[in-house]
Amino acid sequence: MNRRIKQRIFFTLFRILGALILGILLWILGFIIYHGAGVISWEFLTAAPEEGMSAGGIFPAIVGTLCLVVGSMAFATPFGIMSAIYMNEYAGNGWIVKFIRVMTNNLSGIPSIVFGLFGMSLFVNTLHFGDSIIAGSLTLGLLILPLIIRTTEEALKAIPDSYRTGSYALGASKLQTIRRVVLPMAFPNIITGLILSIGRVSGETAPILFTVAAYFLPKLPSGIFDQVMALPYHLYVIATSGTDVEASRPIAYGTALVLIAIVLIMNLLATALRRYFGGKVKTN
Amino acid sequence: MKIQAKNIDFYYGDFHALKGIDMEIAQNTVTAFIGPSGCGKSTFLRLFNRMNDLIADTHLTGECLIDGKNIYQKSVDVDTLRKEVGMVFQKPNPFPKTIFENVAYGLRVNDMGNRTFIEQRVEESLKAAALWDEVKDKLKKSAFELSGGQQQRLCIARALAVSPSILLMDEPASALDPISTSKIEELIYVLKEKYTIVIVTHNMQQAARVSDKTGFFMLGELVEFDDTKKIFLNPEKEQTQNYITGRFG
Repeated sequence: MNRRIKQRIFFTLFRILGALILGILLWILGFIIYHGAGVISWEFLTAAPEEGMSAGGIFPAIVGTLCLVVGSMAFATPFGIMSAIYMNEYAGNGWIVKFIRVMTNNLSGIPSIVFGLFGMSLFVNTLHFGDSIIAGSLTLGLLILPLIIRTTEEALKAIPDSYRTGSYALGASKLQTIRRVVLPMAFPNIITGLILSIGRVSGETAPILFTVAAYFLPKLPSGIFDQVMALPYHLYVIATSGTDVEASRPIAYGTALVLIAIVLIMNLLATALRRYFGGKVKTN
Repeated sequence: MKIQAKNIDFYYGDFHALKGIDMEIAQNTVTAFIGPSGCGKSTFLRLFNRMNDLIADTHLTGECLIDGKNIYQKSVDVDTLRKEVGMVFQKPNPFPKTIFENVAYGLRVNDMGNRTFIEQRVEESLKAAALWDEVKDKLKKSAFELSGGQQQRLCIARALAVSPSILLMDEPASALDPISTSKIEELIYVLKEKYTIVIVTHNMQQAARVSDKTGFFMLGELVEFDDTKKIFLNPEKEQTQNYITGRFG
């Protein structure tokens, strides 16, 4: 067969597959918007659930999810980035680093429900945090740690060594080189890893099941040792085990829509941040 | 003598890269290292600012003295040494910062002076690197907007800013066009007044044009080291003769 025709066939195939993926995404979004947009109102976003969660709003769950995102990222971001810096910049390529790397990869393969059980055992019971924002945040933080470490490591690896040697040649120390040259250059890609992590944290249900999520708790938390409702768990509850599953179906779709919107907004914010810093740090 | 190398042997793992090298380099001279690829000339150059320390599994014996002091002594602070011994690399490697910040970088990391001093020093360095007139109106622009030749002169300015006494150049013009190359060569000629310059080059005409002394390396050995004129007009060794006339290499 003529190679031009072959190329055309394959490119068409790739286009169809690309369009298919976009189509599926739009379909899901459309489906949720179609069913969920109806219940979205100011009240839905700002009021607590009422009448056995078949009416009212989801405000406590929104606040709860935001608390968990902020809490888990505040824990996992510095730990993850610093671990990655250690592994890529300091530790060389010995067996310890290889071991840590394998373990990190294994960690990311552990089912999230196992993280949930571990979090319950360690944070809730052993450390006596109880079902609380802090316990849930730490559990979610552990869950996304491997993701942050790996994306940060990739980001650091992508910086050519010539920039490091150029910095050393001017008398800069290793720490100065990392802080002033390597990290600013790697920043946009590190942000990408953080975006993925935020999406993951907002959507996870299993890790918060035993560590923080409240079935029904119409008031807002007053500190990090309080329980909260969270959007994914709330969605699960009203879709499966609410007092009136049929009546609360629109609310379930509305909750899903809000969850997607929150993730989307955070992604946009992070992308804007990435643009902003990416614009300052230009590479060849 | 500014630099003295005494019986230097250097290994990459098991590979014996430099074999018993002795050399003395006088202050305010330009010394060129020539030789076929892999002959050890860059490795030897990188000993003077301990860049080879960054490569794992290397080993050095012998002494390397700068201003009479062994730079491989335990008491030597490598970061301070590298401020004293500047380096320009083969491929221009400006940082992804503004032109101004590129030159100011060395001053900032070494905590040298306040804002006024830094501004003044950046201007002096850019002038010394013959780049000031081309960039004085765009100091806040990214260094990547400069041409390759300008970037290399920026890297020279960056190295000069921290007031080194020695400037090492590892094939500084091999990635540049002929006009940029001749600008770098003219610069070397001027900079010799204030700095001791050691340059590795693949271009023999360049070595002949810019240097006072030339060392010819082959297979990790310093075959011949003498006045540049002598090396190019009347070398002692047949190997040198063969290399500079292009019979191999």
